[in-house]
Amino acid sequence: MGEERTRYKLVLGYGTCGIAAGANAVKTALEEAVEKGSYDVDLDIAGCMGYCFKEPIIEVTDRERDYSVVYGDLDAKKVLQVLEEHILNGRVIEEWVVRKSDDPSFGEGDFLANQHRIVLRNCGRINPESIDEYIAVGGYQAARKALTQMTSEEVIDEVSKSGLRGRGGAGFPTGTKWGFARKARGEEKYLVCNADEGDPGAFMDRSVLEGDPHSVIEGMIIAGYAIGAKQGYIYCRAEYPLALKRLEIAIDHLHQRGYLGKGIFGTDWDFDIKIKKGAGAFVCGEETALMASIEGRRGMPNPRPPFPANEGLWRKPTNINNVETLAAVPWIISHGGDKYAELGTEKSKGTKVFCLAGKVRRSGLAEVPMGYTLRQVIFDVGGGVREGKEFKAVQMGGPSGGCLPAELLDTPVDYEAITATGAIMGSGGMIVADSSTCMVDLARYFLSFTQEESCGKCVPCRIGTKRMLEILTRICEGKGVPEDMEKLQTLAADIKAASLCALGGTAPNPVLTTLKYFRNEYEDHILRHKCTAGVCPALITLFINEETCTGCGACLKVCPTGAISGEKKEPHKIDPELCIRCKLCLSRCPTESIWAE
Amino acid sequence: MEEIKININGRDIVTSADRTIMEAARDHGIEIPNLCYEERLEPYGSCRICLVEVEGARGLLPSCYTRVTEGMVIRTNTDELHRIRKTIIELLLSDHPVDCMTCERAGNCKLQDLAYEYGVKKSPFEGEVHVYDILADNPLIERDYNKCVLCGRCIRICREVQGVGVYDFVNRGFKAVPGTPYGKPLQETPCEFCGQCVSTCPTGAITSIPSKGKGRIWQVEKVRTTCTYCGCGCQIDLHVREGKVVEVSSPVMVGPGEGNLCVKGRYGYGFIDHPDRLTSPLIRKKGKLVEASWEEALDLVARSIRKAVDTSGPDSVAFLTSARCTNEENYLMQKLARAAVGTNNIDHCARL
Amino acid sequence: MEEGCNHKHRFASVDDLRPLEEILKRYEKEKGALIPLLQETQEAYGYLDEKIMRMLAKKAGYQLSQIYGVATFYTQFRLQPIGEYLIKVCHGTACHVAGADLITEEVCNQLGIKEKETTPDGKFTLESVMCVGACSLSPIMIVGEDTHGKLKPTAIKKILKSYYGEPKEEDE
Repeated sequence: MGEERTRYKLVLGYGTCGIAAGANAVKTALEEAVEKGSYDVDLDIAGCMGYCFKEPIIEVTDRERDYSVVYGDLDAKKVLQVLEEHILNGRVIEEWVVRKSDDPSFGEGDFLANQHRIVLRNCGRINPESIDEYIAVGGYQAARKALTQMTSEEVIDEVSKSGLRGRGGAGFPTGTKWGFARKARGEEKYLVCNADEGDPGAFMDRSVLEGDPHSVIEGMIIAGYAIGAKQGYIYCRAEYPLALKRLEIAIDHLHQRGYLGKGIFGTDWDFDIKIKKGAGAFVCGEETALMASIEGRRGMPNPRPPFPANEGLWRKPTNINNVETLAAVPWIISHGGDKYAELGTEKSKGTKVFCLAGKVRRSGLAEVPMGYTLRQVIFDVGGGVREGKEFKAVQMGGPSGGCLPAELLDTPVDYEAITATGAIMGSGGMIVADSSTCMVDLARYFLSFTQEESCGKCVPCRIGTKRMLEILTRICEGKGVPEDMEKLQTLAADIKAASLCALGGTAPNPVLTTLKYFRNEYEDHILRHKCTAGVCPALITLFINEETCTGCGACLKVCPTGAISGEKKEPHKIDPELCIRCKLCLSRCPTESIWAE
Repeated sequence: MEEIKININGRDIVTSADRTIMEAARDHGIEIPNLCYEERLEPYGSCRICLVEVEGARGLLPSCYTRVTEGMVIRTNTDELHRIRKTIIELLLSDHPVDCMTCERAGNCKLQDLAYEYGVKKSPFEGEVHVYDILADNPLIERDYNKCVLCGRCIRICREVQGVGVYDFVNRGFKAVPGTPYGKPLQETPCEFCGQCVSTCPTGAITSIPSKGKGRIWQVEKVRTTCTYCGCGCQIDLHVREGKVVEVSSPVMVGPGEGNLCVKGRYGYGFIDHPDRLTSPLIRKKGKLVEASWEEALDLVARSIRKAVDTSGPDSVAFLTSARCTNEENYLMQKLARAAVGTNNIDHCARL
Repeated sequence: MEEGCNHKHRFASVDDLRPLEEILKRYEKEKGALIPLLQETQEAYGYLDEKIMRMLAKKAGYQLSQIYGVATFYTQFRLQPIGEYLIKVCHGTACHVAGADLITEEVCNQLGIKEKETTPDGKFTLESVMCVGACSLSPIMIVGEDTHGKLKPTAIKKILKSYYGEPKEEDE
């Protein structure tokens, strides 16, 4: 953002996903080249643009022509070619283009075209480490408006009008929640932003914090004002170092500007924010455990009531909102609650961000209006299943959620509609499964996750999920008995009813939904000793296709038990007696001649 | 406190707003089964045995933790609750050495009572069972965490009532277990050996070593008395079997101590039958202590005091009383010193 | 480019109490600061040493049991020293579906250690972690501060080797 505008602006996607895919090398190459050469460009970074499947990416904006192109799958060499061809010669390298601003049908353009971005409005568009860029796109106007022109009741009314519901998963109406905290007796109140995104497969909070931390903080300023809290906390996972760093930078800038601290926005209202780093406990996403953790204790939940709105952090009234919820708030205040409520279904308003992952072709961030069907999210935005394989299931809501089959793809994204299927909206993770995913193994995986993360306080979760996991493990090992299905079902019901917190209360969901929709796979494992997906080691046999095997010996070398034999350049064989089904050979085979059945 | 009306199992009840559901029910003769609940402690809500149905609530609520509110309609004994409680007991027993035959706690064990009440003979669940070493690293307190139900009562009583904090949960989930930091023996922690953890443990996980094997709860006669160690007046029950005190406990929420004891009150009963114990006064005659009658001894003391007062004045005499006397006895001693002898030289061992 | 740098951590000796005192001073006035205290202490010493914990309990006014309870609750805290590089293999859902088990297995094979163990030369410690939130690049492994995405078991050997080949970095 120099004084003299250059013709081209190059923005590098610089979130965790980009960096993991090699954005650092691209950045170094770009910086060096631009330093040395004379390109008419300036460089900037941005958070995740959502095209996680094409990282590392850069967006090249031609300011003269008001036109931009996104390049994907870059590396240090390719990016220099972009500089050479596009910037110097004005030629777009078509084959690397992910999206053209003037042609949404080109490349992967429909990924964005099929979305409606409110929460992600700035992600990938501004430099998250620059408060000026946030202000330039209208940032902090909403907070200023709320604090200087609205009473706290009016702010709450506006949020209530929007129909916004808690995006952490439970879907409690945000306006109502704020109203409780507002009305709670007590001078000292707290506002907490729950950024302990722990669901495996969910990364929307990370992306928002990395790509647009200010919108979350602005949401907090507004929420603090609405409920009467002068101290805010952001409880963020330690596993998100980049999000933490960008939050710290943002809060520093805000202190410098006087947007945080005493008398903010020229009013007599004080508000400040402290960052609290999690220490690795999924259960701390639960409100009461989160507060225990902030207080420096073991993150073990407490029964509710009393609810945090009355007795929360240090026994003071406390309001806890999720990152995505808070990021939507400034937009609602600027555009009006009615505008937000125009989107969505009767009971679920606005938009929801989903994280597409697993066997979906375009993994990344998808923000869609409520009411979109799962099919639209997975196929229109996500581009369907990878490698043209058949869709089998979508796992929604992580360890608390469920697995839904193809028949339910027309279910709309709506809290009540999703809950009716046995899954939950959850925080928004969507893991797509194809024929190579074993649903029993997936259920077992989630149970092992909740079992690992159970705090151990209440009996149903501590021992109940352990016993469920043991039954599932037995089934995956081919030792299941028909009664196991019934046993799982009844134990699951009791665990749901009796657990202390939502972790235990929802832990059986992945098992219950797979039992409901993929019962045949359980039966295959138990009655026929088969894992049709070829996943469960005890129930599969590995074969080598003698026609395609080139006899390279790669499998032979890696086999830990010496089960593979064969002369060089001759087709190899696997001795099923010796084979332990570790599948290392399968991953090594250059000709994909090994398969599991 | 504000009076409110609630309904439990179809009965209209008037109670006060500061009561929990469990307390309000108990006040009116309705017992709700429980395990992690302890009157001396803050409610915890972990065992889920005391769950009840409350109309309009999202899910079942722990009655030990939830306060009553006006108009609350509560059910404590539905079929669903019965089934859930039974499942919880079955789960607990699936990770428990069911060795009630030889368990120190048999007959005085909440888990055993619950299994009996809900008819759980054997857990239908099989799976990993914890195997912990039995910790008998000191002469008084034995810890066998194989029998632990993780109610946290030992941790809480040590922290909330004693203010010592020897234990906390270690690890989490299925691996969680109460313990001392770095697994140190109790002597290497701030433990005062008050045995409060023993007194609150609902199972045989924490037991007293001195009373081990000395008598089942139904084999002893409980004799209520007042602890003689200090003036607090804690009520204690001497567990007497065949004329011998084999254990000391304190009735919960009775007397000034409310069921809490210190190391002396709980474990300091060894003197009763100790061979070194003095059973009659001794008088030193020709450098040797010789048994004497009380008359003889008191006469000697009275004579000696008088002689000292006559020859050297009342301040030549001093009186020292004991913390093991009652306030009344101490008062009388002071009266004797000041009024009968005429000296202010009166003091008390608690000052030392 | 800070994120990308591979700062070889130089941990303080547990006989040196200065880092602890500095940390304690910083959190003197903050209530409920036990977790950040432990996090920074671990950053300084590499793990939560018993002697240091006793000192921390005494100086910051905590019961040692409470500290030990917290330290054993959160997965981030370690009671044993770790190797120079901590390898974290992600086992989130996307990584699981993409074969994270095979990645862990291959790392074990290559290094000859099991999970939560450290190689005899003190170079690597292996851990499994839950979702690191970069699901689109699954399966993922983090070595020190470097994230390696879209892994194949075949790539592990080379990646691990690269941490031996590098010239010793000297941080100023």
